[in-house]
Amino acid sequence: MTPVLEARHLTRHFGAIRAVDDVSFALAPGELLALIGPNGAGKSTCFNMAMGQLAPSSGQVLLEGRDITGWPARRIWRAGVGRTFQITATYASMRVIENVQMACLSHHRRTFSLIPRAHRLYRDEAMALLETVGMGAQAERHAAILAYGDLKRLELAMALAHAPRLLLMDEPTAGMAPGERAALMELVAGIVAERGTAVLFTEHDMDVVFGHAQRIMVMNRGQIIADGTPQAIRGDARVREVYLGGGAITAGRGADG
Amino acid sequence: MGLILAQLLTGLANAGALFMVASGLSLIFGVTRIVNFAHGSFYMLGAYVGWSAMQVLPGALGFWGAILVAGVIVGLVGAAVEMLILRRVYAAPELFQLVATFGVILVVQDLALMIWGPTDLLGPRAPGLTGVVRVMGEPVPQYDLALIAITPGVALALWYLIAKTRVGILVRAATQDREMVGALGVNQSWLFTGTFFLGCALAGLGGALQLPKGGADLLMDFTILAQVFVVVVIGGMGSLPGALIASVLISVINVFGVAYLPQSTLVLTYVVMVAVLIWWPFGLLGRAEVAGELGQVGAPEEPVRPAGWPVRAGVAAALVLLATLPAWGGGFALVLATDILIFCLFAASLHFLLGQGGLVSFGHAAFYGGGAYVAALLVRHADTPMELALILAPLGAGLGALIVGWVALRASGVYFAMLTLAFAQLLWSLVYQWGDVTGGDDGIVGIWPADWASGGAAFFWLTLVLCVGGILVLRHAAHAPFGYALRASRDAPLRAEATGLDTRRIRLVAFAFAGAMAGLAGGLFTFSKGSVFPNELEIARSFDALIVVFLGGVKTLSGGWVGGGVFKSAEDLLTRFDYWRLALGLLIIAVVIAAPEGIVGTLKRLARRQGGEDR
Repeated sequence: MTPVLEARHLTRHFGAIRAVDDVSFALAPGELLALIGPNGAGKSTCFNMAMGQLAPSSGQVLLEGRDITGWPARRIWRAGVGRTFQITATYASMRVIENVQMACLSHHRRTFSLIPRAHRLYRDEAMALLETVGMGAQAERHAAILAYGDLKRLELAMALAHAPRLLLMDEPTAGMAPGERAALMELVAGIVAERGTAVLFTEHDMDVVFGHAQRIMVMNRGQIIADGTPQAIRGDARVREVYLGGGAITAGRGADG
Repeated sequence: MGLILAQLLTGLANAGALFMVASGLSLIFGVTRIVNFAHGSFYMLGAYVGWSAMQVLPGALGFWGAILVAGVIVGLVGAAVEMLILRRVYAAPELFQLVATFGVILVVQDLALMIWGPTDLLGPRAPGLTGVVRVMGEPVPQYDLALIAITPGVALALWYLIAKTRVGILVRAATQDREMVGALGVNQSWLFTGTFFLGCALAGLGGALQLPKGGADLLMDFTILAQVFVVVVIGGMGSLPGALIASVLISVINVFGVAYLPQSTLVLTYVVMVAVLIWWPFGLLGRAEVAGELGQVGAPEEPVRPAGWPVRAGVAAALVLLATLPAWGGGFALVLATDILIFCLFAASLHFLLGQGGLVSFGHAAFYGGGAYVAALLVRHADTPMELALILAPLGAGLGALIVGWVALRASGVYFAMLTLAFAQLLWSLVYQWGDVTGGDDGIVGIWPADWASGGAAFFWLTLVLCVGGILVLRHAAHAPFGYALRASRDAPLRAEATGLDTRRIRLVAFAFAGAMAGLAGGLFTFSKGSVFPNELEIARSFDALIVVFLGGVKTLSGGWVGGGVFKSAEDLLTRFDYWRLALGLLIIAVVIAAPEGIVGTLKRLARRQGGEDR
C-alpha cells in the first residue's frame, strides 16, 4: 500500500547546523505516529518541511506517492493535509463557528465570493465539525475569549474541515492541563479509528505519547535513532541514553521540556 | 567639469539640513519605533526660532549662537511633546502615532502663524560668509562650503555619541531590543524623552542652519517632510549611516536633476526611491522589521454582525431625509453634502483596507486623486462622456492599485505604509511635473457633468446613489466570504495559509477593490468641482483619510463613513474661524488620548453599558 506520507532523505541546514540530517520515514493510512526527541532534535523542522512552511535543503516529501516538495502550505492543504500549530492560530476577530466556516469556505473554494453573507454558509457542516471536537455548545462564542484547551480543539475542528487524509499536529497538548491532554488525544485517536485519517504528531508529554501513539519515532541531533512500537521504544537503550542518560522511560511521569 | 563640481558642492551643501532632519527622525524611530510625522514641524520651528534669536543676538557669534539656541529650544519642545502626548501611544499601533503626530503638525502650524505671522521671513546671511568662492571658475557660495564642513562635523559628533558613550550604548541597545533594555533596569521613559530631545534638536539645528539659504515660511514643514521620508526610507528606518548616504544621494540627484532634467526632478527622486524599495524593501541599510499589531488598541475586535433593525431604520430614515435635501436645503447645503458624501466613500474605502485587512496604507490618495485624474484626463483628451468616465475612473484606480499593491504587499507594517506613500508621491510628482498632459500645478479645469446631471440637485442625487451604494458594497464585502477571508489573513496568516487561503492574493484583491472605490470617489469629485489639481494626490489628502478612519474607529464596520461625515462637517465649521488648525489639532490629540476607540467604538461601548445585561 502507498504510504500517506513519505519522507525521503530529508535534510535541512541552518548555516553549518544540520537541523535535519537525512531523515526517511513512511506513514501508513490510519496510523497514529508520534515524533519525539529532546529540544533541538529537529522535530519541528521536520514538521515544517512536511507542511511546506520550510523548504528542505535536499530530499523529498511524498504525499500518497506524489512529490509535494516545495509546495506552498495552502496547496498541500488542498491535497488533503490538515495541521495544527504549536502555538494556536485561530481567527481572533470571529466567532468559534465562523472560524470553522472559514475553513469550509476555503475548502469549497468560495474565498473570493462577494455575494452571499458568509455567516450563513456551511453552518451545518461547521456545526458538525464542532460537535466532533466537543465544541458545539461554544459555537457562538467569540474566539478571542476561549480557554486555551478550547482553542486547541477549535484548531482541530478547522484542520478537519476538508476531511484530510493526513493530520499534522505540532505539540497538540502543549500548555494544556493533564486531564485535557488525555481527552484531546482520545478525541484524535477516535478520529483516526473512525475516519482512517493518518496522524503525525510531535509531543513532549510521554504520557500522551506512550498512551496513544501506535508507533513512535525518536529523533536526536537531526537523525531518527529509533522507530517502533511503544514497547520497543521503551526498551531501546539508545533512546534511554538520549532521554534519561540510561534510566527507564516510564509512563506515569511526564518528561516535559 | 567646473560646473559639475560646483553642482556637486551645492548638492552636498543641501544634504546638510536634510541629513540633520533625517538622522533625527531615524534616531527617534530606531529607539521608540514612532514614525514622527511632526518632524518637519520641528524643522520649521527651528528656522523660526533661529530667525528670532538672530534678531536679538548680534554679530557672528550671535549668528552661530542663535543656531545652537534654536536647536536646544526645539529639542525642549520635542521633549515636551514626547512627555505630554507620545508617551501615551508607544504601545499603540502605528496609526495612532501617525494621528497623534499629525495633530502636532496642525498645532505647530497655527502657533507659528500666531507668533511669526503669515509672511515669509528672509533669513539673515551668515556674518563673514556672504561672498562666493570660485571653484574652477564657477561661483560657490561661502556658506555652502561652511555647510559642507559642518555636516560631517555633526555626523561625526553623532557617531561619537552613539558609538562611544554610555548613552549611545543604551540607544543602540534600545534600537535592537527595547524590552530587554527595560528588563535590565534602564529607565526607558528618560531614554525615550532624551532621544526625542536629541532628534528634535537635530531637526531644529537643520532648520536654523538653512536660514541663510531658504529663510522661514509656513510651508516648509510638509516640504521637508516629503524629502526626509524619501531619505529615511531609502537609507533604512533607524539607520544613521543610511540617512547620511541617502541625504547625499537625494540632494545630489536633485541638483543634477534641476540642471539637466528640470521637467522631472521630483519624478526622478521618487523613481529612485521606488526602485530602491523594490530591491531592498527595508531600505539600503535598514533591518527587516517584524510587523507590530495593526488596527486599534483596546478590547479585541468584535465579530462582525449585520446591523440590528434600529440602526437600519435610523440609517434608512437619514437617507430619506438626505434624498429630499434639494427640496429643503439651500444651494450651499447641496454642495457641502456632495463634498461630504464623496469624502465618506473615500474614507470608507480606506477603512475597508485598514479595518478588515489590517493594511495601513499611507498613500490612499493615490487612488482617490488617481480616479479624479483618470476622469479629468479622459474628458479633456478623449471627450469621454461623464457616464463612461465614472466607470473608467474606478477601473483605472483599481488597476493602479493592483500594480502598487503587487510591489507594496511584499512588505508589511510600517514598511508597507512607506511603500504606499512612496508610490503616492511618485504619482503626485508625475502629475505635478508632466504639465503637457496633466496641466501640472494649474490642474485640469472645465470638467463638468453631463447635461442631465448638471443641475445642483441632479448631481447631488447621482453622488448620493453612487457613494451610498459604494459604501454599502464595501460594507457587504465585509460580511461576504471575501471579507471573512481578508480578516482571516490579518488575524492569523499562518493558519490562513495552512487552510488553503492565498493570503497575498486576498490582500492584493482587497487593495485593488479599495483602490477602485477610492477612484470612484475621486471621479465624482472631479465632476462635482469641475476641476482637479495635484493636491488631490498629496500626502495631506492621504493623511486626511487616515485620520478620519481613526476618528470613526478602526475596529468597527461603520467607522469610515461616520468619521468622514463628522470630519468634513467639523472642518467646514472650523475653517470659518482663524486658527482652525490649532483647534482641529488639539481635538485630534484629545481623541487619541481620551477616546482611542473612535466615535463609533465609543458609542458602541456606551450603548453596551446602557444596555447592561443585554450583552
